[in-house]
Amino acid sequence: MTEKIHTVALAGQPNVGKSTLFNLLTGLNQHVGNWPGKTVERKEGTFTYNGRIYRLVDLPGTYSLTANSVEEVIARDFIIKERPDVVIVVADAATLERNLYLVAELLPLPAPVILALNMMDVAQQEGFRIEPEVLEAALGVRVVPMVATKNVGVHELLAAIDEVAHDMDDYAPKRPEVRADHQDVLAQIETLIEGYVPEPYPQDWVALKLLEGDREITQLMQEHLPEERWQSVYDILRQHDDAMVAVASGRYEWIGRMIRAAVTRPKVGQIGLTERLDRWATHPLWGLILLASILGLTFWLTYTIGAPLQELLDTYVVGNLAELARIRLAGGAPWLSALIVDGIIGGVGAVLTFLPILVIFFAVMGTLEDMGYMARAAYVMDGFMHLMGLHGKSFLPLFLGFGCNVPAVLGTRVIESRRARLLTIMLAPLIPCTARMAVVAFLAPAFFGSAATLVSWGLILLALVVLALSGVLINKTVFRGQRAAFIMELPLYHLPNWRTIGMLVWQRSLAFLKKAGTLILLVSVMVWALSMLPGGEIETSFLARIGRLMEPVGRLMGFDWRLMVALLTSFIAKENSIATLGVLFGADQEAGLAETLAATFSAPTALAFLVVQMLFIPCVATVAVIRQETGSWRWTLFSLGFLLLVSWVAGVGLFWLAHLVGL
Amino acid sequence: MRNETEMRQAALLPEAKRGVVSLSALHPGEQGTVVALAGGRRLLSRMAALGFTPGVRVTMVQNFGHGPLIVLVRDTRVALGRGEASKIHVRRMDSD
Repeated sequence: MTEKIHTVALAGQPNVGKSTLFNLLTGLNQHVGNWPGKTVERKEGTFTYNGRIYRLVDLPGTYSLTANSVEEVIARDFIIKERPDVVIVVADAATLERNLYLVAELLPLPAPVILALNMMDVAQQEGFRIEPEVLEAALGVRVVPMVATKNVGVHELLAAIDEVAHDMDDYAPKRPEVRADHQDVLAQIETLIEGYVPEPYPQDWVALKLLEGDREITQLMQEHLPEERWQSVYDILRQHDDAMVAVASGRYEWIGRMIRAAVTRPKVGQIGLTERLDRWATHPLWGLILLASILGLTFWLTYTIGAPLQELLDTYVVGNLAELARIRLAGGAPWLSALIVDGIIGGVGAVLTFLPILVIFFAVMGTLEDMGYMARAAYVMDGFMHLMGLHGKSFLPLFLGFGCNVPAVLGTRVIESRRARLLTIMLAPLIPCTARMAVVAFLAPAFFGSAATLVSWGLILLALVVLALSGVLINKTVFRGQRAAFIMELPLYHLPNWRTIGMLVWQRSLAFLKKAGTLILLVSVMVWALSMLPGGEIETSFLARIGRLMEPVGRLMGFDWRLMVALLTSFIAKENSIATLGVLFGADQEAGLAETLAATFSAPTALAFLVVQMLFIPCVATVAVIRQETGSWRWTLFSLGFLLLVSWVAGVGLFWLAHLVGL
Repeated sequence: MRNETEMRQAALLPEAKRGVVSLSALHPGEQGTVVALAGGRRLLSRMAALGFTPGVRVTMVQNFGHGPLIVLVRDTRVALGRGEASKIHVRRMDSD
């Protein structure tokens, strides 16, 4: 008979080293997906201890378990509905008081808890003296001191999991009680709901959440209680609508008793490393200079390592692969060769060459996040981001967009509020990425000669102005000016953990490669087929017909169908515009193309084309991640529609403006 | 610097509430005790989870008179906007 596989849930507040511990326990035996129906990342893995296999589920990092965010609902629903055999709560020993708040919320739930007291080394540095045995006795749950980054305490944790999972008899936690002045009310509520609480919710927990004004639980009980009873409950709750603060204070009073027993605090006036670093990192002037330097360094890395690698990939891997396929397929049907060489390798290959740049950006993001710097960057940029109805946390994802829009959209995961996250995702495609800049770098000199640099900078500036205005506009209309409260923890700094960062880069890259193999592949082949069918020539293809059909839209800017087709093919990858123009104007060499283009189109048309190219719908890879991260086709289509409109309005506007000034 | 609205608010408070100011009125290095929290339930709940409850001692770490603040509460450095800070009422430690 095989033994049942035990489920272990990993809970914890943000910035406590939960991912590090998860990676340490599961190694490569992990799987990243999404929570069903949600856009929140779900990590699951297995580990073996004492000859037994355990399933480890990483719950989202949350400060509490009140239904404030999707993450909090996911975490508590998992514990209540799936009943894991053990819940490990990871706590940062240096901010134990606040971390125990989550423990106080977890103890009333029906799953045994083990407290993993992580970052004991940092706590010691900051001057805390913690006695785990005393804390263990006070809480009535197993407490394991750890330094996950240095592998300290892992064995003890595994032993504790094994023990608790197989022997629940000893488990007798000392649960926090509600403050004395609210005990009567709580008892009243509990009497009223008795017998009406649906499975599998614990009755006393439901009563407490009602008192706290938890929206989800209130709705649940309104549905399950007979109307009269609900009315009585509702009247009590209305009289005590300040109870939330009382319940929270009660938890901290309980925590205070635990802390006084087990923790000796540092002397007042001791200055830690974090405080010293923050004098610079959060200063309104030095903080900005530091941030600018870090961003500058990131760009430098991208251009000195990423761009050459991208070129190598393009020439040697994609180029050779295409050549090899061409030779191998030479004897077969020409359409098959064209499909594989131009459609698949040409389309997906172009997207794949961006991988080096993506890896650099993922690594930089991961390192800054892991070290605790990200919150400081958000802090110093907060004032500026306010203008767009966002706060500081949206800045870094948007910045990443300069490299590639894909990590920008993925990077919005650091933003907690769904509204702010959506708005940031909507704005991200307006950041000119390296591929767009490559197109501008080729076309601007062709059209404008010595004024090319000026035009290029002007285009970047325009894109940023459009971004800011769009932020204000979308915020005012779609989101009706609501703004998420800006309140966030500035975690203690610590050395980056390369294993955690490496794992993050690996998972993000893998996810991107999977997308390239599916959705991106499909769209690439589709656009290629449209450009080849029915006759095998792009000039007479369906794509050309679509371009001619859409010509009237472009005519306001002096575009002909060929420019429209170039824009359409840029959907695969932005650089495709140039390749398409090359085919349509019959120029084999790029130099020849530049002259032909300059001779064919007037300066206002050229300017309008560059503007539209800059603000047009993003490439298919970006659209794919927008769909993935918003979890909604509606928002994805809104984004596309919005960008089409914005690019057209800006193109037409600048075309006529250029005419007026007589360019 | 304390701004004008905050000065006016302080002047309007009854005698018993003297010394009670908005969190954003504390100068860097000054300490206060939280006496009350205002705002919607969602905000209150987030504040509580980050450590702000009545009775807790807070230390102002950074306050330039404009822009977001940094406050030390329950050994945690918390950054918050001035709007959010104005919903936290504190009693200055030195004014008792």
